[in-house]
Amino acid sequence: MSYIIIEHITKTLGDENSLVTAVNDISLKIDEGEFVAVMGESGAGKSTLLGIMGAMNAPTSGRLLVDDIDVYELHQEQQADFRREFLGFIFQSFHLVPYLTVIENVMLPLAVVKMENRKKREMAKEALAQVGLADKTNRLPNQISGGESERVAIARAIINEPPVLLADEPTGNLDKKNTQEIMELLGQLNQNGMTIVMVTHSQDCAHHARRIIQISDGYLIADNVITSSVIEITKEKEMVMDQGLTVLAAGHS
Amino acid sequence: MNLNAISIKNLLRRKTKAAFVLAGLVIGVSTVVGMISYIEAMTNDINHKLEKFGANILVVPRTENLALSYGGLSLGGVSFEMEEIRQSDLSRISTIKNSANIAALGPLVLGVAQVHDHRVLVAGVDFSATRILKPWWKLKGSIPGADGIILGAEAARILNLDVGNQLMISNNNLQVSGILESTGSQDDQLIFTRLSTAQAIFKKQGRVSMVEIAALCKDCPIDAMVKQISDALPDARVMAIQQVVKGRMETLNQLKRFSYGVSGIILLIGSLVVLVTMMGSVRERTDEIGIFRAIGFRKKHIMQIVFMEAAIVSGLAGVLGYFLGYLTTKIGLAIIGGNHSAMVHFDINLAGNAIVTALMVGMISSAYPAFMASRMDPNDALRSL
Repeated sequence: MSYIIIEHITKTLGDENSLVTAVNDISLKIDEGEFVAVMGESGAGKSTLLGIMGAMNAPTSGRLLVDDIDVYELHQEQQADFRREFLGFIFQSFHLVPYLTVIENVMLPLAVVKMENRKKREMAKEALAQVGLADKTNRLPNQISGGESERVAIARAIINEPPVLLADEPTGNLDKKNTQEIMELLGQLNQNGMTIVMVTHSQDCAHHARRIIQISDGYLIADNVITSSVIEITKEKEMVMDQGLTVLAAGHS
Repeated sequence: MNLNAISIKNLLRRKTKAAFVLAGLVIGVSTVVGMISYIEAMTNDINHKLEKFGANILVVPRTENLALSYGGLSLGGVSFEMEEIRQSDLSRISTIKNSANIAALGPLVLGVAQVHDHRVLVAGVDFSATRILKPWWKLKGSIPGADGIILGAEAARILNLDVGNQLMISNNNLQVSGILESTGSQDDQLIFTRLSTAQAIFKKQGRVSMVEIAALCKDCPIDAMVKQISDALPDARVMAIQQVVKGRMETLNQLKRFSYGVSGIILLIGSLVVLVTMMGSVRERTDEIGIFRAIGFRKKHIMQIVFMEAAIVSGLAGVLGYFLGYLTTKIGLAIIGGNHSAMVHFDINLAGNAIVTALMVGMISSAYPAFMASRMDPNDALRSL
């Protein structure tokens, strides 16, 4: 049974005079433990889709089911609880809180959880050890590198062990070496059972995933499963876009 | 790590903004405290001076008498069933709830005596109470003993008597020990002697004609005191001397109204400072709030962070504002008018009110920014990143 089910989701933005369809009737299913890369050019709608999957951007129509929960049937406060319990977020610009130390940033999702501070600290240390930053707990975000900041963001996203990790261009601001390390880290988390959905421009990063979804102009145009870094097409889809274009999945030839 | 820790750390990071809010509130609170303390000191001073005006409560026997006087011109009166007050009953006055407010209690015995060709009014008084009840008296001579009298200025002139002369009243040979300077009041017409002497002359032992009372008027419960004395002396009629009392009250009320009005304006300005600064702070923290919401903070958690920051700053402002206002008033009064300074004292109630008021101003002013912060859409906030 699929863990995340997106059913005919459409998201329009703007007013009546300048209506833009950012996501157009997308349906897909993601199983528990999958590592999915969402690709597409800028403005394709991939971040909007990620926002919808993150219970932060209600679709104009369609349904999002996570673990059989109809997310947008929940009211706003329940959606906040859902995000806290089910989702971890990683953002391109890290978005660490500048006045909190590394360990405090990691503990942030637990700030609203009733738990002993000692226990929270232990969990944060464990998460930091997992991302290889056990020795930098008391540094401020401006005292660590970009790669380390991304690791802190990952530690913050996984501290409460959410089943799903949503990453929006997690390596967008990193050099090649750090990118490689972060992708390996995400790979490890996925191997430990975490479902990961990652928006990326990078083919290299996408090939760390086991499934690549391509979006263009709000349409889902390709959905491929990858094994052993060799693209093996298991699903091919021909999708007829509104403009009448036929787009074939990569490797079709 | 909890929400309070986030609030504290944010305040420490944004020290300048926090200091700005703090300064705004401290100035507001200290000004209000200073003004209230100053008015309190002035009130004490005015009360002190007003008390020098003498008695402000009269206790007279119940009577069916109608006064036949107007504008100081007395045409005499007709008394029916006139009774005097038993002197022994006066001890009950010291048992009333507000007995601590009684500065002096002066029983008075009145009687008419024939002196030469004149009928004169003789008043037996307690001279120790008279010092408080009639502080305007200026006496040439000395306070009389048991067989002495003092004369009002007009009485001395008409009777042609001076200090050291003897006067026979109802077979009692009394010596004039002093003469009052003109007071412009009825006292000028009277002959004063000791209470016991007058009671002996008029055979009114154990009885008094009336009682004058000077009540201290700090938060003067004159009406309540009148009621209490009436209850203690059911056979007497107790009256507040309304002009003096109302004058005092009016003065105090005007000062208080003025201070409350100015305080309100100052606190309004303080609350606007808090509102504007907190709104700016919330706008600056759009990204932060977006992250908080994205990782699962509820709206109430965001509001709690903002309110906690406001509570910390405004609570601190309340404490600092009180002490600043207190010290400023103390120093200011010492410089402006030395005798006021002793009246400014640490007032735990005012301190508590200052802190509570500062907290309320801080919290109420932060309500809108907190509401705006909590309504922030995490998706919009993150898109702006």
